[in-house]
Amino acid sequence: MAIKTYREAITEALMIEMDRDERVIVMGEDVAGGAGGSAGVRDNQNGIFGTYPQFHARYGENRFIDTPISEAAIVGAAAGAALAGLRPVVEIMFADFIGYCLDQIMNQAAKFRYMFGGTSRTPMVLRTAYGAGLSAAAQHSQAIYPIITHIPGVKVAVPSKPADVKGLMLTAIRDDDPVIFFDHKALFGVQGEVPEGDTPIPFGKGMRYREGKDATVVAIGRMVHFSEAVVDKLAKENGITCDVIDPRTTSPLDEDIILSSVEKTGRLIIVDESTPRCSVAGDISSMVAMKGFDFLDAPIELVTSAHSPVPFAPNLERAYLPSGGRIEAAIRKAVEY
Amino acid sequence: MQLSREQLLRAYRQMKTIREFEDRLHEEIPKGLIPGFTHLYSGQEAIAVGVCENLNDSDAITSTHRGHGHCIAKGCDVKGMMAEIYGRATGLCGGKGGSMHIADLSKGMLGANGIVGGGPPLAMGASIAFRNRGKGEVAVALAGDGSCNSGPVFEAMNMAVMLNLPVIFVFENNGYSEQTAPAYAVGAGKTDMVRRAQGFGMPASKADGTDFFAVYDMTREAVERARNGGGPTALEFECLRFFGHFEGDPQKYRIKGEVEMARESMDCLKNFRKRVTEAKLLEASDLDSIDSEVLKLIDEAVAEAIAAPFPPDTDVTKNVYINY
Ligand SMILES: Cc1ncc(C[n+]2csc(CCOP(=O)(O)OP(=O)(O)O)c2C)c(N)n1
Repeated sequence: MAIKTYREAITEALMIEMDRDERVIVMGEDVAGGAGGSAGVRDNQNGIFGTYPQFHARYGENRFIDTPISEAAIVGAAAGAALAGLRPVVEIMFADFIGYCLDQIMNQAAKFRYMFGGTSRTPMVLRTAYGAGLSAAAQHSQAIYPIITHIPGVKVAVPSKPADVKGLMLTAIRDDDPVIFFDHKALFGVQGEVPEGDTPIPFGKGMRYREGKDATVVAIGRMVHFSEAVVDKLAKENGITCDVIDPRTTSPLDEDIILSSVEKTGRLIIVDESTPRCSVAGDISSMVAMKGFDFLDAPIELVTSAHSPVPFAPNLERAYLPSGGRIEAAIRKAVEY
Repeated sequence: MQLSREQLLRAYRQMKTIREFEDRLHEEIPKGLIPGFTHLYSGQEAIAVGVCENLNDSDAITSTHRGHGHCIAKGCDVKGMMAEIYGRATGLCGGKGGSMHIADLSKGMLGANGIVGGGPPLAMGASIAFRNRGKGEVAVALAGDGSCNSGPVFEAMNMAVMLNLPVIFVFENNGYSEQTAPAYAVGAGKTDMVRRAQGFGMPASKADGTDFFAVYDMTREAVERARNGGGPTALEFECLRFFGHFEGDPQKYRIKGEVEMARESMDCLKNFRKRVTEAKLLEASDLDSIDSEVLKLIDEAVAEAIAAPFPPDTDVTKNVYINY
């Protein structure tokens, strides 16, 4: 398998789908870039996070559309275009800007299939970059996937690895329902093995990245990488071994992979970058408490960000995020209980 | 021109402070001590200063992700701003906000804003407070050309007309929103910001945003109307930004020479200096001494920011809730 970055994996999936299906279009602010600029060049930065190399040249103005700064219209347009037969992928540059277009997600796209009695489908993908770690402060750093996961009618992908990004994006574009796809902005450069060709990954199927017997660590997005480092260290230095499980999609959620692991290990630690109240961590924790109570040998441990907006100063941002130290302490506490 | 000598000196000092502040950041950012994203205002100084010279501390402004110039023009403490940009405890927001979120309520600076189009509804809201208070205060929303395509900006303009509020919507047309030019993004072309505002039923006009006097005069008229119960105004000021969208932007969407041309013929500081010295309103030496004072201030601000402590880690959850 080829080694590719998270960014390259996204590009690969988008290209496979745009080449395969004429109905797939991409829209967003500066996706090509340079429109109307004095140099008259497009594709000049490959999109804000570099995920669209030469897309404008390759797919043209009708299928690769730069938009004005109009988030509500962009997402509403995706929903409308999907109802009318296209399969739009729209980019909301930073997940925080979903604030402006939440109505189009929550009251429009998410509702059609159900509200219209199953007579319609809304095959659209909203791509967005989330997460802290770049000192981008409170309005450019939020991990808001729990807010979206809460909404019935949308599917939510929060991939951690390049291979998952590719496979889940292929599935997202082919899916007939709205999918909100969260890329962590601090992961774009991360490398990993990515299978060649058309390799979709089904939604609702988690992945076990480490195999162990002492505890189950369920981690989401970038927290998978944080957790793997801690788990590897504990295995090496202390002989404590853990399963590391990435659900990959928070809606639908792979309950089985989590429950079967907890049945084996008896201990559960959930590492989630979002703030703790009404979070994915809280949701998984309550699911296990309901369905796997008998498996548990220790209280469930949650490692989340602080319940606060994301601070700017680098030391505060580090204190905000789950750290290796906090993850390690939570695992030890569960194991030593 | 009704500006006093004192006003002219102040205007020059503020424009120069913004320019040096930004030029210095441009030098400091590659050294790696400044976290996050930084968007520089250089080239647009005459707009912030020309607008804010018409305002008092009790008048309010809202700002953008490119807010340093607005903060300085509204009288924010330059050292506190620099410390904030370095993420230090001594920053105006205690290191919590950074470049994109500097605020100082005591100066009527209601915050830079990381959300494009976030400011105009806030300014409109502040003007409801001012109308009800009845003391003739005004609110000014400073926003970019790109923000005029955002729904909340339209909604704010419409409500301002409907409620006849003392608010002024200033669109700084610096030629780009990120990499996209208004020629592509703003409907029928560059003039649309004015025409759109007129469509909501408010007076709107535009001027050269590199000419301090044009900005000052046009804003003055709008502020007077607002203070006297005449309702909202929209203004568009044209200029070009001297740096990229953010620091590190390779700017491939601009022709080579565009910035050099702007620095040559659209430099508000050069134009101001020429104008006031030729009209014998100020001496070159007056301006030179301001230049050196400003340089000293910026040097001190950087040195003090770098020497200042970071906020304690326990500050993470401070001010989330009262008594959190
Ligand atoms: C709601 C929202 N959408 C997109 C962005 C990303 N963004 C930041 S600045 C910017 C361009 C703004 O252009 P303009 O209003 O012209 O201001 P300028 O940068 O020219 O000062 C964009 C798209 C954002 N911060 N907020």
